[in-house]
Amino acid sequence: MGTRKDDAVDGQQELSGHSEEYSVGEILKKRGVSRRDFLKFCSAMTAAMSLPTAFAPTVAQALDEVKRPTLVWLNFQDCTGDSEALLRAANPTVGEIILDILSVDYHETIMAAAGHQADEALENTITKYKGKYICVVEGSISMKDGGVYGCTSGKTHLEIARRVCGSAAATIAIGTCASYGGIAAAVPNPTGAASVSEAVPGTTVINLPGCPCNADNLTATIVHYLVFGKIPAMDSKGRPLFAYGKRIHDNCERRPHFDAGQYVEHWGDDAHRKGFCLYKMGCKGPATFHNCPTQRYNEKISWPVAAGHGCAGCSEPQFWDTMSPLYRRLPKVPGFGIEHTADKIGLGLVAGAGAAFAVHGALNALRKDKEPEETKEG
Amino acid sequence: MPHQAKFKRYIWELPVRWCHWVNVLSITLLAVTGFFIGTPVSFGNSASDFTMGWIRFVHFTAAYAFTVSLVSRVIWSLVGNKYAGWREFFPFATAAGREKMIKMLRYYMFVDKEVPETVGHNPLATTAYTALFAIYVLMILTGFSLYAEHAPGGSMHKMLGPVYSLFSNQGMRLAHHASMWFVFGFIINHIYSAWLMDIKEHGSEISSMFSGYKFTVKKEK
Repeated sequence: MGTRKDDAVDGQQELSGHSEEYSVGEILKKRGVSRRDFLKFCSAMTAAMSLPTAFAPTVAQALDEVKRPTLVWLNFQDCTGDSEALLRAANPTVGEIILDILSVDYHETIMAAAGHQADEALENTITKYKGKYICVVEGSISMKDGGVYGCTSGKTHLEIARRVCGSAAATIAIGTCASYGGIAAAVPNPTGAASVSEAVPGTTVINLPGCPCNADNLTATIVHYLVFGKIPAMDSKGRPLFAYGKRIHDNCERRPHFDAGQYVEHWGDDAHRKGFCLYKMGCKGPATFHNCPTQRYNEKISWPVAAGHGCAGCSEPQFWDTMSPLYRRLPKVPGFGIEHTADKIGLGLVAGAGAAFAVHGALNALRKDKEPEETKEG
Repeated sequence: MPHQAKFKRYIWELPVRWCHWVNVLSITLLAVTGFFIGTPVSFGNSASDFTMGWIRFVHFTAAYAFTVSLVSRVIWSLVGNKYAGWREFFPFATAAGREKMIKMLRYYMFVDKEVPETVGHNPLATTAYTALFAIYVLMILTGFSLYAEHAPGGSMHKMLGPVYSLFSNQGMRLAHHASMWFVFGFIINHIYSAWLMDIKEHGSEISSMFSGYKFTVKKEK
């Protein structure tokens, strides 16, 4: 046991060193979570991290041994949708497990403390576990005018974020707002809303976009951190590859209908009832990287496309501005009215060119050209 | 009326003509399949059909052919004869070229009556080709960027990294789609001008693209 711990998961030493708490495995036993449920959870997490099944015992072993990490959860310009999603996570008692694994020392929505007591709890955590706690940020951060448009207990979100994220071991930006600014950063962005990585440059930020973020992806990210002692491999937009490494379109259960050429033409038509492809209804699955088709939401019951609605592209940067109109394939053309599609403008352009050249041709047919002298034969 | 041109000259070398016709064919295929991909028709009768699959296959194959043709033409502009050379495409860069352009423009605008003789490219046409080339590059970059998204982290996806930072995903789609309309606008212009100059110059403007030969009134200076 000891040797494995030494060479395989060196990073967790750092995490386990700081806490006088029991290991995760012991806590779960105390809370009455059966070994079977725990192993089921480990298998689910292994799958969520896109690791081979053979890793499940490693995950279980690591979680058995690792001490529970401290976590602070900051709410900024948000709708608390990601907290809601987390609290409703019901996969084999994942909700319980995640809350038990983590020592959530500060979470405005779910903590019992309020006011000065809450402030104190945050202050204690970040001083006591400096450089060791995980910070989860939900919501975008107002940057305009010194960040005055978003304040908690008299301090701007910008100030809080820089202080709390700055001394965290790692920061997880949960949801699209924290990852990319989300709806608050949509044009005209009156508060100067920015993502965590923009507001707190230089920190390690893991983006988990989505509206809301799938709680399974958050759990898997934290489990990855606990098991391997490092953050998961990420793409150029700072998202873990295990969850955002593939396009929705390429894993979609309706993909065969796309390839076959079977499309929903109108809401509620026969094709819609048969579950055909939602491409023509403006589905943004071909433009969105997320594991929704495989991971799904709400106890893996469903996700938008399974429910008959196209993907809105909610986990992509600037989705609010670039993915609209939601029910059309192409964005509107800047500078033109909402009803002008690229095709209407294009047709106008081509018709205009055609007309112009037709007139030019007619005028040319009428005119008498002067021939160069030397070509005239006598 | 028509008067015979005296001098027969070999202008368009084989690679130039080949690239031109490969472009014609691939652009036609790309436009037809591209519009279907943008606004598909429900041709499929069963989920086992592969209508969209084949249409996309044709689109991607034509895209490769078009890209190879374009790259070959760029290479040929360095090694081919002077009519194929890259200098032809920037007539506005030299005083002589600008003069030619103005003459041609005056003819087009019905100011001058005498059609200026051009041995190789029409200077106004090459200016349009330079703009068209930029559209082609935009089409190729956005097209392959969208295509490469099926394999994120793959070599093509990595190579096109700057395109993903320049465009939003939907922005790439819009640029790719809208550019086609500009190419259509060009095609109308191109066919009309070729027809016009064929009639006015009597130099076999159109057939030269098949045979390579043009006929000129004056001997080239």
